[in-house]
Amino acid sequence: MILLIDLCCRDGSLSRDEFVAPVERLLCRIGVPFATRHYTAVGAPDLEAADAAILCGTALMDTGFIEHPFRWLTAFERPVLGISSGMRALAAAFGGGTGPCCEIGMVDVRVLAPDPLFAGREVFSAYTVHEDAVQVPGEFVPLAASDRCVQAIRHRSLPLYGLLFHPEVRNEWIVERFCELVDRQSP
Amino acid sequence: MKLGVLFSGGKDSLFACWKAMQKEEVVCLITIVSRNPESYMFHTPNICLAALQAEAAGFPLVEVETAGEEETELLDLERALLAARERYGIEGVVTGAILSVYQATRVQRICRKLGLWCFNPLWLADQEAYMEELIDAGFTVVIQGVFSSPFDDSWLGREIDHSTLDELRAIARKYQVTLTGEGGEFETFVTDAPFFAQRIAIEETSKVYRNHNGVLRIERARLVAK
Repeated sequence: MILLIDLCCRDGSLSRDEFVAPVERLLCRIGVPFATRHYTAVGAPDLEAADAAILCGTALMDTGFIEHPFRWLTAFERPVLGISSGMRALAAAFGGGTGPCCEIGMVDVRVLAPDPLFAGREVFSAYTVHEDAVQVPGEFVPLAASDRCVQAIRHRSLPLYGLLFHPEVRNEWIVERFCELVDRQSP
Repeated sequence: MKLGVLFSGGKDSLFACWKAMQKEEVVCLITIVSRNPESYMFHTPNICLAALQAEAAGFPLVEVETAGEEETELLDLERALLAARERYGIEGVVTGAILSVYQATRVQRICRKLGLWCFNPLWLADQEAYMEELIDAGFTVVIQGVFSSPFDDSWLGREIDHSTLDELRAIARKYQVTLTGEGGEFETFVTDAPFFAQRIAIEETSKVYRNHNGVLRIERARLVAK
């Protein structure tokens, strides 16, 4: 079961349909069971039951999640996919900061390092909506970048991924590959 | 949060409006009237009836004209959003974008520039579920323009009910047509919505149709009690 985490300003927000529901529909299509929780309501039983977690993005103006520590991410050890704001939350949990780098729209993403998530792809076009880029934390490696900033990171030894772009828009294959990876890691 | 809804008169913008009304406070509708029939973002037949629809919904309308050239129409959109902020204090904008990265990106950029929130409640919506929900929720949606094969002039003026939806499904399976018309294959006009205080009665129309391109011109319409 994948724990899908809503990072929007409040539970049941108007942004939910834009940033969470498309990922839910994608997981349905892939055929992976999931449970959605707002980030403020994630409890120990949710984390224990999860084989993996996906942290969804938020609207450009929606940055309330930054105040939340997401401490559980450092001890979770199962696969994590942080999307856009979710990447920011993941990096922040490991001490990574941010710097201004606004991208809105399609950008070319170049793969920098070999990884099962992007295997066989060198460059692809991806949909971005973000105000800041993430500074890669010490325990992470950059996996892909646009001309302007790092677009994907992975923890050096754990299956923790962050994507600055939105894979649910025109790059559903990345979420499919993440789910395959979850499948392989699950007991 | 006070929101303005980018409004074309069609199903997507009014359905997005309805979604927004369930979570936030919609304070106005915002319409860009393009003088260019080839407008990249804003051309819609019968856009002059936006005021009547806004009246039916009980919202004030912010209307801005554009010459409809690709990049200047974005400045006109910005002008419209600024006017909506000035007059009604909007803090965010709602669009009916479903799949169009082109459209969504441009609105997102202008919202960022103006410090406004941007909401796209239909983003990547499941087309089947959306069309079903639209009909079941009580929207009356009429086809007011067809712009691709195999639509002939008999489609102009047709209401999208469950049986029309069945036909659209069959067409979508056979041709390169989206069920929602998101690819610009057809355009719609809403005459009634669950939040309309009055509905629109179309009293006189004319059709212009040639080579799979046709428009239903609404010559006369009025508000009637529901």
